[in-house]
Amino acid sequence: MVSRIAKMSFSILSPENIKSLATVRIVTSDLYDVDGYPVEGGVMDPRLGVVDPGLHCRTCGSGIGECPGHFGYLELAKPVIHILYTKAIYKMLKISCQKCGRILSSDKEGAKRSVKDLSRNPPNKCPHCGAAQGKIKFLKPATFYEDKEELSAEEVRERFERIEKPELKKVKFLGGRPEWLILTLLPISPVTTRPSITLESGEKSEDDLTHKLVDIVRINQSLRENIDIGAPDFIIKDLWELLQYHVSTYFDNELTGTPQARHRSGRPLKGMIQRLKGKEGRIRGNLLGKRVNFSARTVISPDPRISINEVGVPEVIAQELTIEVPVTKLNIDHLKGMVKAEKVNYVKRPDGRRIKVTSENKKEIVENLSMDWTIDRQLHDGDIVLFNRQPSLHRPSIMAHRVKVMPYKTFRIAPQVCPPYNADFDGDEMNLHALQTEESRVEASELIDVKNNIISPRFGGPLIGLDLDQISGIYLLTIGNKVFKRKDAMEMIAAAGLDIDLPDREELSGKEIFSFLLPDNLSMEFKANCCVNCDTCLHERCKYDAWVKIKDGRLLTGTIDSAAVGAFKGKIISKLHRVVDTEKIKEFIDNCGRLAISYLARRGFSIGISDLDLPPAIMHHVKDRVDEAEKESNQLIDKFGKKTLKILPGLTAEQSLETQILNVLAQALNDISKIVEQHIKESDIIVMANSGSKGSLVNITQMAACVGQEAILGQRIKRGYSDRTLPHFKKGDLSADAHGFVTRGFKQALSPTELFWNVMNGREGLMDKSLRTRKSGYMQRRLINALQDLQVRHNMVVKNSAGQIIQFRVGEDSVNPSKSDWGEVKWLE
Amino acid sequence: MITSVEITRHVLVPKHEILSEGEKREVLKAFDATESQLPKIVVSDPVIQLIGARSGNVIRITRKSPTAGEAVYYRIVVEK
Ligand SMILES: [Mg+2]
Ligand SMILES: [Zn+2]
Ligand SMILES: [Zn+2]
Ligand SMILES: [Zn+2]
Ligand SMILES: [Zn+2]
Repeated sequence: MVSRIAKMSFSILSPENIKSLATVRIVTSDLYDVDGYPVEGGVMDPRLGVVDPGLHCRTCGSGIGECPGHFGYLELAKPVIHILYTKAIYKMLKISCQKCGRILSSDKEGAKRSVKDLSRNPPNKCPHCGAAQGKIKFLKPATFYEDKEELSAEEVRERFERIEKPELKKVKFLGGRPEWLILTLLPISPVTTRPSITLESGEKSEDDLTHKLVDIVRINQSLRENIDIGAPDFIIKDLWELLQYHVSTYFDNELTGTPQARHRSGRPLKGMIQRLKGKEGRIRGNLLGKRVNFSARTVISPDPRISINEVGVPEVIAQELTIEVPVTKLNIDHLKGMVKAEKVNYVKRPDGRRIKVTSENKKEIVENLSMDWTIDRQLHDGDIVLFNRQPSLHRPSIMAHRVKVMPYKTFRIAPQVCPPYNADFDGDEMNLHALQTEESRVEASELIDVKNNIISPRFGGPLIGLDLDQISGIYLLTIGNKVFKRKDAMEMIAAAGLDIDLPDREELSGKEIFSFLLPDNLSMEFKANCCVNCDTCLHERCKYDAWVKIKDGRLLTGTIDSAAVGAFKGKIISKLHRVVDTEKIKEFIDNCGRLAISYLARRGFSIGISDLDLPPAIMHHVKDRVDEAEKESNQLIDKFGKKTLKILPGLTAEQSLETQILNVLAQALNDISKIVEQHIKESDIIVMANSGSKGSLVNITQMAACVGQEAILGQRIKRGYSDRTLPHFKKGDLSADAHGFVTRGFKQALSPTELFWNVMNGREGLMDKSLRTRKSGYMQRRLINALQDLQVRHNMVVKNSAGQIIQFRVGEDSVNPSKSDWGEVKWLE
Repeated sequence: MITSVEITRHVLVPKHEILSEGEKREVLKAFDATESQLPKIVVSDPVIQLIGARSGNVIRITRKSPTAGEAVYYRIVVEK
């Protein structure tokens, strides 16, 4: 049955409320009797809830965790000001007549004026009975005066009782009766809100609130006794003030003008306000910022030898994180072995008691271990855990990995899973969560295991694939017709950890070795990343070996590079998704990465500054081209000065000049790029650019020959001093080098002004990046908030949590991108 | 001077059809939804006025879709 809430109202708790909420009347300050059992009528009364494992609640009958706890109440010998309501009390005193108890305003009933407004300037004469009103004063923390005469809490309360109901309706009062602002009954919070801790020694340590309550009850008792025996007024007043102090600090122990209540050790006690307030308080610390158990965080580092769905977990973490296992007929012997080997941290007895396993008590535990116990065993190889890197911007930011316990102190991951997490190893940290239930483990391994998330749910291509050196390696292995002696091939394959039966031949080609990783039913053809887009594509006969042809799992021609196995674009990976199961794809990505690194380690891979050397004649050529461009732009500037410059449609003369200069300079850089491409010698830098592992021809040109125009906001650099960019130039200088054109390459070193242009551009990039991530982060947040409770129902209808239809067919075509081929359905080709 | 425009002939206005009571029941059944769970369209909508649909009618809207070629959407006519 679902009921709807029709109305809600907030008001102050009345004494009747307090009494009816309570199950126990507190009468004694004693906590435990001589046998250690809680005393009835004390603040640890068993009817206030259970905190001890194995016991059941005297009020509701449920056990620990089930019982919510139950309130008690304490009858105060004399009323006490509620310290959090002093402001409200002060205002109410100011606006009500001291004699007749009516509101000090001539408003009609139901006028609903705010208490705050009325109390700002109360009349000094009652408009109803004409009685003169004394000046009300409030002295922190909780004393009220009327014309220097102190008002006791009782007097304040009596005064408020006189305010009649229709009178109260003239103002916006909190709700309830004003006299409830003064406490006559104190609610005693359930023991579940202040559980006592049993120390290892068996000694009990009580919560701060319990200490406070004991003080309150004790003082209250002695106040009552003194009143009963008719003790002198000053004694009663002292005791009452002490009671007021304790009740006040119970609520808030950081009151100004009040000494803090302290523990015996001198540490200030935590009041209720202190529990809620601040960064570590209940709101910010527990409700908004959640911490979870069974989790770990540390720095990540790469391990190219582990599988993409594994995670290397440091021994110290594996020993600390546990999984709860119930003891059964089937596993009891195994678990006993684990206890003996100290791979179990705790055992839990059926009575709920947890025992830490130590080398001293493990024998005894093994003897006693039986079916209804549970044990907390340490993480070991093969356990499934969740792994996460913030910011968690998309689903694959959290995936399930298998544990592999390793030495040292970092989490180890395969470099191939960096892209979905957007992780690198410059100090990034990641979080790990040990799954605690069988259901969660099954769900994790079926839904979010890395191997089931290779294809992105966003674009239907591979999120996981080779990167950087792995691509360089596989490129160098497969390009052209490299031939390996059988022994070398075997060594390489063994070092990669592959188990392959080599054909009975003395020599093997790199393409053959790679082909061992492919399943027999894979056939495809595509252009590699290193394809230079020849005018007429020669396919198999491409002189750059850029036409990849795979027939029945054999690489016939072409080079394997980022277009084949790279993250975000690997065509082989996305095609494999349609011919083999995910386990096989995972193996392919693992093996491919290892084979690449194995070959690369044998071959060696290194770059140096001399890789960027160009012959002197070519450097001259570059210089000439730069000079030519500068000359051309100077000619444009001349024409501009003589007003003979060609004006482009829709642009002013200045804009036309800028556009044409930019074009001239860009053309020059383009030409230089071509010169570099033709004349730079083969090196590992070129390998990186061709294979798509890192860098491009643009980067190489900028390093080797010419950086080109540095632009700010897509324009030549203009800002700086009046009429010039820097004091090094004449005012009004429009030339290329005065507006951000860098004529040299990084290798030749830049001139001071050129360096400045470069840094300006670099700073713009930095600003842009941070601004963009902030904007897109907020955009993402809003989208997630809007979409979070939509779901795709079994019949492909998109509904929200109220059952309202959002879309009649998901995406209008009901294609699941993570099961698609780059967003398309191509099953039937 | 243009005095009136036939908006249904505009390229950006998709096809709107009023469903019969039977068709309406079928739609609600097929999508396991109540009337209030269907997307809405106000009775003052120009196309709704033009085709003369009334509050409570279900409209089938057939539009071009970048993913599926053609996509069908239903809306129930409501008073403001
Ligand atoms: Mg980083
Ligand atoms: Zn209970
Ligand atoms: Zn009066
Ligand atoms: Zn080609
Ligand atoms: Zn070619």
